[in-house]
Amino acid sequence: MRYTSPLELDRPTQQRGHIGKPLNRVDGQLKVKGEATFSAEYTVENLAYAAIVYSSITKGRVTKLDKSIAEKANGVLAVITPETAPRTQKPPTLASRKGASASELLVFQDATVHWNGQPIAIVVAETQDRADEAANLIRVEYETAEAAVSFDALKQTAKLPPNVRREPSEIRIGNAETALNAAEFKVDNLYHTPRCNHNAIESYATVAVWHDDGRLTVFDSTQFVTGFRDTLAAMFGMKPEAIRVIAPFVGGGFGGKGVLWWHTALCVMAAKVVNRPVKLSLSREGTFRATGGRTPSEQRVAIGAGKDGKFVSLIHSSTIATTTHNNFFEQVSFPPRHLYAAKNFYIGQKSINLDTVANTYMRGPGESIGNFSLESAIDELADALKIDPIELRRINEPTQDPTNNRAFSMRNLTLAYQRGAEKFGWKQRPPRSQKQGKWLIGQGVATAYYPHYHFPSSVRVRISADGTAIVQTSAQDMGMGVATVLIQHAAEKLGLPIDRVSFEYGDSNLPRSAIAAASVQTVSNITAIEAAIEKMMRELLAISGANSPLAGLKYEGIEVRDGGIFSKGTPSKGETYRSILQRVGRDSVQAEATEGEPPEMKKFSMGSYGAHFCEVRVNEETGETRVSRWLGSFDCGKIINPKTATSQFRGGIIWGIGMALTEETLFDERKGRIINASLAEYHVPVNLDVPNIDIIYTDIPDKYTSSGAHGVGEIGITGVAAALANAVYNATGKRIRELPITLDKLL
Amino acid sequence: MKDFSYQKAESVDAAIGLIGQTAGAKFLGGGTNLVDLMRENIERPDAVVDVTHLSADIQQAADGTIRIGAAVKNTALANHKLIRENFPFLSQAILFGASGQIRNMATVGGNLLQRTRCYYFYDSTAQCNKREPGAGCDAIDGINRIHAILGTSDACIATHPSDMCVALAALDARVIVQGSNGSRMIAFNDFHRLPEKTPQIETELRDGELITAIELPRNDFAKRSLYRKVRDRASYAFAVVSVAAALEVENNQIKTVRLALGGVAHKPWRASAAESVLQGLPATEANFQRGAEAELKNAKVFAHNSFKIELVKRTIVSALKELAEQRGTNS
Amino acid sequence: MIAQNSPPSQSDSSSGKVAVNLKINGAAYNLQIEPRVSLLDALRDFAGLTGTKKGCNQGACGACTVLVNGDRINSCLALAVQYQGAEITTIEGLATDGKLHPLQTAFIEHDGFQCGYCTPGQICSAIGMLREFQNNLPSAVSSDLNGKYKFSDEEIRERMSGNLCRCSAYIGITEAIHTAFDQEAR
Repeated sequence: MRYTSPLELDRPTQQRGHIGKPLNRVDGQLKVKGEATFSAEYTVENLAYAAIVYSSITKGRVTKLDKSIAEKANGVLAVITPETAPRTQKPPTLASRKGASASELLVFQDATVHWNGQPIAIVVAETQDRADEAANLIRVEYETAEAAVSFDALKQTAKLPPNVRREPSEIRIGNAETALNAAEFKVDNLYHTPRCNHNAIESYATVAVWHDDGRLTVFDSTQFVTGFRDTLAAMFGMKPEAIRVIAPFVGGGFGGKGVLWWHTALCVMAAKVVNRPVKLSLSREGTFRATGGRTPSEQRVAIGAGKDGKFVSLIHSSTIATTTHNNFFEQVSFPPRHLYAAKNFYIGQKSINLDTVANTYMRGPGESIGNFSLESAIDELADALKIDPIELRRINEPTQDPTNNRAFSMRNLTLAYQRGAEKFGWKQRPPRSQKQGKWLIGQGVATAYYPHYHFPSSVRVRISADGTAIVQTSAQDMGMGVATVLIQHAAEKLGLPIDRVSFEYGDSNLPRSAIAAASVQTVSNITAIEAAIEKMMRELLAISGANSPLAGLKYEGIEVRDGGIFSKGTPSKGETYRSILQRVGRDSVQAEATEGEPPEMKKFSMGSYGAHFCEVRVNEETGETRVSRWLGSFDCGKIINPKTATSQFRGGIIWGIGMALTEETLFDERKGRIINASLAEYHVPVNLDVPNIDIIYTDIPDKYTSSGAHGVGEIGITGVAAALANAVYNATGKRIRELPITLDKLL
Repeated sequence: MKDFSYQKAESVDAAIGLIGQTAGAKFLGGGTNLVDLMRENIERPDAVVDVTHLSADIQQAADGTIRIGAAVKNTALANHKLIRENFPFLSQAILFGASGQIRNMATVGGNLLQRTRCYYFYDSTAQCNKREPGAGCDAIDGINRIHAILGTSDACIATHPSDMCVALAALDARVIVQGSNGSRMIAFNDFHRLPEKTPQIETELRDGELITAIELPRNDFAKRSLYRKVRDRASYAFAVVSVAAALEVENNQIKTVRLALGGVAHKPWRASAAESVLQGLPATEANFQRGAEAELKNAKVFAHNSFKIELVKRTIVSALKELAEQRGTNS
Repeated sequence: MIAQNSPPSQSDSSSGKVAVNLKINGAAYNLQIEPRVSLLDALRDFAGLTGTKKGCNQGACGACTVLVNGDRINSCLALAVQYQGAEITTIEGLATDGKLHPLQTAFIEHDGFQCGYCTPGQICSAIGMLREFQNNLPSAVSSDLNGKYKFSDEEIRERMSGNLCRCSAYIGITEAIHTAFDQEAR
């Protein structure tokens, strides 16, 4: 996708001060007109449509698959089974850093069934209706094997994984249990969080086109075009250059589209078999069967404290579920590593393997569910100590990272609490003391935390002789505002008006961007943009020649502004890009840069923080909980675009409200099957569930990141469920330690 | 979705003729439930007869009876002056159901024929006696938080999903149906069936019969009525439980009380036991509680839905209290 | 142990395509499609109008909302063949002479979307919702069924609850609707 004339509504012409401006989205016009083209909407000639048959057993194998009726059905081109599918290699997983597959399993290569809902046949037909109906006509027989599906039955056998996202799965400092036992005040409780599914409104969709010369083009709803390209290349034994993955618009991802699920590969296979372009769009039910979501968890949090509120012991001991074929240990144990000072720590995260679809990243993986237990426990301890929960947090605010002993690159959490408390009008009242009619009212707070990550990213920046610039990277924009924010950033650094800078992205043929996940994409790319611009400025200086006013200037002696390069010492001395390029007869100058993880990442404890304040109303008669007021006060470095960042914070908070109150993927352990595979029965928040949400932020730059910025995509959701559970406790006197907080738990 | 032939009926007689001539045909209203079930491979008609253009009037007869054509859209019914003024809980029940878009499509007749939201009914790999008689019921020992507590059987514990029907159950409404042998009237409370041994048979409609109208007899109690819906999110969710209540009090004694419950049974559940206990008693919270207890006395719960007993009782008491208080302030 | 997916009775391949004539955004579309084709698929796959989105295809998200004779409906639950002769308006039909509908402009100003996928449905739904409001249709949160309703946050939120936004741009959506429609809703 390329935006050449980005801002339709306000079109600022100034050349500085883009950072921090609440600019409208550059893709706004296309989106409100319905002209943004999503992957299933690409017009490809001679397109055929695919539908999937899903396994109805959890483990075993397909012994017989009768496709005779389906094959004869009207408009059917092919019924493909593992027996007749093209041979492929193992897909490299995202964790291997060589691809993006959700799972290590060979895709569709034998009759084995690994989870309930695994694709076992594909039907390709002339229309979607015909493919869907033919899929209904396939008769399958299985041999079933005993499956591991019960979290509770298996949790006693949970094991520590080798590591959790490159950190140790277990941390011991001192002796936490002994200290807990001796502590004057303590809380020690178990918390449970359920399975959840992303449920982006755009389902997963792939259009695969094989070209006559053997090349492959794939339109896919992915958060990671280059990762998908590499995965497909490895699977199909092709050179990555022969594959192009395109995803300019993605209708919501939230982590689910960051990994490659089977349907993408199946679509490519189907297109090969029928020798035509094929579209495979998962039904809503299909998204629950063939793509994974958030793992269930059980977490024990125990905190021991003295009368003064200082923690002597902090224990966070958790179990999550993954599968034998993906080993994704959702980092539920991360928040307690970084948030509070304590004399003694035990942090341990175990895992069990279930026979399910691979679990995966879902907004704020780990931190969102880990913060629920930790921040609930803090509230419980504050209640026991009769200390205001914000004060208790302040008392235990660490001066350095409590478990890795690094200095914080940035941490203004106490300030975020102060400002938030002031704006919200925070006052802790006794539980069950506020009532309006049949509604019990309560307030709650909790800390938000998400680590700052930075993944390698490449961008190309080109300045043309007409004075315009373009930034190119393979990045995705699922709605985070990446296109808008990167244009703002590049314009700032190039000293150009916004409307002179365009952005091209969403195509694996462009320089390889970091994945659109873990809140890294924007920050990783702005670092790369800065490096590319520096390279380009050096080249411009080099080519400007003896006739330029810049002659003799070194890079260190210049500043970039007003569409050109100027001397720091003599502000009148300078030349515009346009003038330089036209004078030396060049159409353009460009530079590409790749920036890996900066060394600061290993030196400092780098994180984003926030404080949630909320008010809930709980119907005393029915137990229904409604959120009436929210304020999020964040400490996420310098905010580049307040408008898009506020939307990200709010979106995260509303996700947290869903996680806290309504969302649960119901899993019937008798069959290992999800039974509410529908948007009618899986309850994401609707408009009426959402209160006014105020967002404030410190806007204090992190000295150790480009432009002082942090990612803002995930942090919003972290801590929300705890703030809400704490408010529910304040309203009702009932402590709910198992999500979601449905009405039956409050009767 | 299985392919089918489509015919649009120009009259009720034509519709009945068409359905009789075509094997495996079904009437199609707004499509909000049938099209979904067809896509889910649960309904597989060979032909559909579109009846959305028939009988879309709302008329009042001389005796005050209101006759609602079966093809009236839910929105139109909820917004009709006669309904808003005389049967407010019917308007409310409709407005609490589904979404604005769906209410604009759904017909009154179709609303009566909505099928359950039981997870296992929707999942074609699960055992369901409703989908496949004799197959068994996966809900009874499964995840049954949303399931029924009244009138269940060993064959089925599904609930009826309609909101509108709960208000109709409290209104002594009549369902007018027409078949090849002419027209007949079915009392609303007899229209839907309990599951017993044949949960696949959900209504008293005979093969080929079409719902042509709903009749609401005139009454004095429904002006003071309300619909309470308890659900898992603030809007656009099926009822966990719901209560349609109307109350008429004279000299501090309950003259008329009407109570119907949603989300608790295979059919919209008229709470007759509660009504007969309450009849003639003073309108007090204690008596409302007594009525609720009587209604729930025979409730049978399953692994995850025992909370519904208390929830229904509270919702009944709360609704009646509110109506009693309304009366106090208005008179 | 042997388990089976139980197949339905075999389909008779009776009927084929039929002529379906639709009037979409004022233009006539003469399609040859099967009766089972939904209005949504007719728009997207056969009329080439992909602005209307498929979210759940089960009437549970509202992404497919279009206007039929001014009323908002879920086009995924509608069979195209049922809507012949009706005035169908989709997101592509809202801008006039290249000028955005005021609500489209307000959505941009208030950041009433992120990924943009539910946006066409939200916008069509809000236009239908305004008309319902002007017709004095009450909602589940209206305190008095026979009164005049305030175009409040709560009323808008309830009336727009049939349109899910997973990015959760709900606050921007509500603000945009206020900005564009407060005058007309009075």
